[in-house]
Amino acid sequence: MATPHQSLPDLPPPATQRGLLGWLRENLFSTWYNSILTVVIGYWLVTTLVPLIDWAFFSAVFTGEGPQSCAPEGACWIFVYERLGFFLYGFYPEELRWRPDIAFLLFAITVVPQFFPTPAVIKKWLAIFGLTGLPVAGYILIAGGHFGLEPVATSRWGGLMLTLILAYVGIIAAMPIGTALALGRRSEMPIIRGICVVFIEFWRAVPLITILFMASVMLPLFLPEGVTFDKLLRALVGITLFQSAYMAEVVRGGLQAIPKGQYEAAEALGLGYWRRMRLIILPQALKIVIPGIANTVISLFKDTTLVLIIGLFDILGAVKSTLSDPAWGNVMAEGYLFVAFCFWVFCFGMSRYSHRLEKKLETGHKE
Amino acid sequence: MQENNATVASAASNEDIIAVQDLNKWYGEFHVLKSINLNVRKGERIVICGPSGSGKSTFIRCINHLEAHQRGNIVVDGVELNEDIKNIEAIRREVGMVFQHFNLFPHLSVLENCLLAPIWVRKTPRDQAIETAMQYLERVKIPEQAHKYPGQLSGGQQQRVAIARALCMQPKIMLFDEPTSALDPEMIKEVLDVMIELAGSGMTMLCVTHEMGFAKTVADRVIFMDGGEIVEQAAPETFFSNPQQPRTQEFLEQILQH
Amino acid sequence: MQSEELPVKPGRPKPWNDPRIRSVVFQLLAIAAVIWIGYTLFQNTVNNMASRGISTGFGFLDETAGFGIIMSLIEYNETMSYGRTFLVGLANTMLVSGLGILLATIVGFIVGVARLSSNWLVAKVSLAYIEIFRNIPLLLQIFFWYFAVLGALPGPRQAVNVGDIAFMSNRGIVLPKPIFEPGAGLMGLGLLIALIVTFILARWAKRRQAATGQIFPVLPVGLGLIIGLPVLAYFITGGPVSWDIPELGGFNFRGGITAIPELGALLLALTLYTASFIAEIVRSGIVAVSKGQTEAAAALGLPPRRILRLVVIPQALRVIIPPLTSQYLNLTKNSSLAVAIGYPDLVNVFMGTTLNQTGQAVEIVAMTMAVYLLLSLSISILMNIYNRAVALKER
Ligand SMILES: Nc1ncnc2c1ncn2[C@@H]1O[C@H](COP(=O)(O)OP(=O)(O)OP(=O)(O)O)[C@@H](O)[C@H]1O
Ligand SMILES: [Mg+2]
Repeated sequence: MATPHQSLPDLPPPATQRGLLGWLRENLFSTWYNSILTVVIGYWLVTTLVPLIDWAFFSAVFTGEGPQSCAPEGACWIFVYERLGFFLYGFYPEELRWRPDIAFLLFAITVVPQFFPTPAVIKKWLAIFGLTGLPVAGYILIAGGHFGLEPVATSRWGGLMLTLILAYVGIIAAMPIGTALALGRRSEMPIIRGICVVFIEFWRAVPLITILFMASVMLPLFLPEGVTFDKLLRALVGITLFQSAYMAEVVRGGLQAIPKGQYEAAEALGLGYWRRMRLIILPQALKIVIPGIANTVISLFKDTTLVLIIGLFDILGAVKSTLSDPAWGNVMAEGYLFVAFCFWVFCFGMSRYSHRLEKKLETGHKE
Repeated sequence: MQENNATVASAASNEDIIAVQDLNKWYGEFHVLKSINLNVRKGERIVICGPSGSGKSTFIRCINHLEAHQRGNIVVDGVELNEDIKNIEAIRREVGMVFQHFNLFPHLSVLENCLLAPIWVRKTPRDQAIETAMQYLERVKIPEQAHKYPGQLSGGQQQRVAIARALCMQPKIMLFDEPTSALDPEMIKEVLDVMIELAGSGMTMLCVTHEMGFAKTVADRVIFMDGGEIVEQAAPETFFSNPQQPRTQEFLEQILQH
Repeated sequence: MQSEELPVKPGRPKPWNDPRIRSVVFQLLAIAAVIWIGYTLFQNTVNNMASRGISTGFGFLDETAGFGIIMSLIEYNETMSYGRTFLVGLANTMLVSGLGILLATIVGFIVGVARLSSNWLVAKVSLAYIEIFRNIPLLLQIFFWYFAVLGALPGPRQAVNVGDIAFMSNRGIVLPKPIFEPGAGLMGLGLLIALIVTFILARWAKRRQAATGQIFPVLPVGLGLIIGLPVLAYFITGGPVSWDIPELGGFNFRGGITAIPELGALLLALTLYTASFIAEIVRSGIVAVSKGQTEAAAALGLPPRRILRLVVIPQALRVIIPPLTSQYLNLTKNSSLAVAIGYPDLVNVFMGTTLNQTGQAVEIVAMTMAVYLLLSLSISILMNIYNRAVALKER
């Protein structure tokens, strides 16, 4: 072999592997049972999806006025459109709805940049505002009663607005409580640890609905006579207790994932417990747990629908209450689909976000 | 079995236990293996080397059909490798493989790792399988670890268990895919010792490795792969002292620098 | 917050800097706080109950309930006690949770495996199922099945007829009910014998394999026996089982077994919702078994089904079982959403109706929560035992 070796050229793969045909062969018809499965499922999909899409889009009625414009063979989206105000705000007075609108604009400005590439400083200040200023501003705007704003009773709050309020307050209240509980559960003091374990495990063991029942029937009994709580606040207390227990477990997972060396290094620097936690451990742990927090946020968001059982009008409650309106005939599918879509968009988006973050963290650790 | 395979270096004989002809493989559009031809005689010990990504792993994984090829044919121990499940299983029974990352079964003890295939594939009675397994564990010098779990062993010990596990099937051919490259230097020797001992016993071996010392001591032939093809093959003496191809020379320079 | 640490001098630190003393003081304060909170709540509650004229204690459990429950697994009528309503609710919770767990496991495993199918369509349909069902609130799904699907079924007179033996209407699903006549016992006996024989067969096969290496197909033979023997007994005894087929009479069906629509909707929603989570768990459990494991097993010559049974499943199960049990717990807790559509589970009957009638909030809430607490506690104890048993041995 004295002659220099000639490199062979790159050849294209055999035809059976190439192009659309190769793809179909490999992915849909690789074996006889795969072929059967493909045909059966394909048939089923076509026979269900085509009429469904037709109902939801092509035969559906999007414009027009009142129930009489709707056709029986298509979806009646006018119903959703005409009731949109109620679905979004509940019984909140129509002429005052600009107030929650401003609150949600502020909310959007605070939250949206967190999900996109934004300078870290801006993110940080927005986050601080989101945890402190926003709830205050939101409360002043939505509840009124100060600065000459007309008060609006919480019993009139409802719809998507209420859902978002429940979820948001539940999360930001649960964050510090959950972190404290997590630190307590990993404390070296047995009594503190015991108290935290019991607290966390108790709320995690019982269904949210029983907690909401408890909050609505027992909370008034627990308080000194004469002190009353409105229904919304009671629900919020229940949700916060529940959520902080779950949050605590997520944060604990993050604390456990921090290598022991970090704790030791921090101690070796001569930092006291609180400084160690605040400067070294928590910043790392909280970063790791963001995907976990996102997952509990998704669960909480879905769970807020339970408040309709104790008589609050969240978006599901608002939609459900209008479905029995005889004027519109049967619009149940439209109503539930609308709510389902609202939740789905949020939850799916959030889960993608947390998934992406997880991937990023994974690769980040390897480096 | 083998007709006019023009480029094959060693003459084909009836003793060929592996015959690879015009082997071509693609990953999607990517041509990984380009017209590979290779004949291996019974008892022959072959070392395959080459730069990263040259297709060494892909090639030896084609021999026991862990990867399917698209063109050409592979005959192992008289059985042609095609899509027929029975043929594939028959060949895998005769071909042992040792992986870079050991791939021991973590839920089974060392002994059970060695018993699994003899019992479920060869249908050996348990006592007899245990006896054979202990023999091989002794041969790789870790009989005392038999009841531990893989996670409790060092890397070198795990790799020796992996060799014993493959030997328990009493294969005719052993394939090694970089068996020492995931190991710490002090453990490499213990694994290489086992492999040298195995080579001495007349086992047919195909070994992807960059351990040139090992190649010099045991190999009958060294094969250099690059860009998905066999660029050069020769007996170790000539291969190391007098490589013919510029690419081989370049590769050897790089390797020997370290 | 503690700040500047003083330069450490040899000898005893100042008491307020001694970590041990600090820790003791801190813990004593915590105990005091807990006791104080507990005491205040207790006092407030006692005062409030006294001023509202609510009696305390569990005496109410023996009083007559006086309300009906639409579905009960144990004997119940309105003359029975409140204590009995607790049991009725508990049994209904158990029923829907048990069935839900069974069905969700089956659906979840199928979808989870399908998600990894080499068939692109199958994998994508499974993915779509998972992403749709787990991102929509369960309560909404329950409403959807109850009001929009089952509620939209016609009345009993126009019921959907499934082969003249089962009927679906807005009153529920009516299925034929088996009536066992004398001789049916033989079928049961056949089943029992088949089970025992299969068990003995399995042990024998294991011993024989150890001794001679031969493999006996226990699974197909056992299945054949378990199905075959009762069927054989059925024909030998001349068909001793007859079916009580539901019939339309007046405004509703007579005969058969009726599954109330509340049960159907709740079960459907719980199953589909939980199955989407289980599918993800199963998928990630299988994916967690690295490709190297299957390759190593294949390289040893093991056929695919043995690789699955001997290498993949045992390893995947370790990853799957802990989150799977927590899904089972979730399903059980979620079954309390029954209250939203009126399925008479524990929360609905006891925390709902019974609480409203008696006003014994503290006792009833405590009893209901205790049920769930006990359940969670026992499951997590079992899980800890399991985890310890299967934990991979590491250095
Ligand atoms: N499953 C796969 N899909 C697509 N490309 C692959 C796959 N496996 C390997 N390749 C590509 O095929 C080429 C050959 O890979 P192979 O693993 O055989 O290289 P190698 O010679 O063993 O390298 P190394 O020394 O790094 O192990 C590489 O370029 C690799 O990126
Ligand atoms: Mg390789």
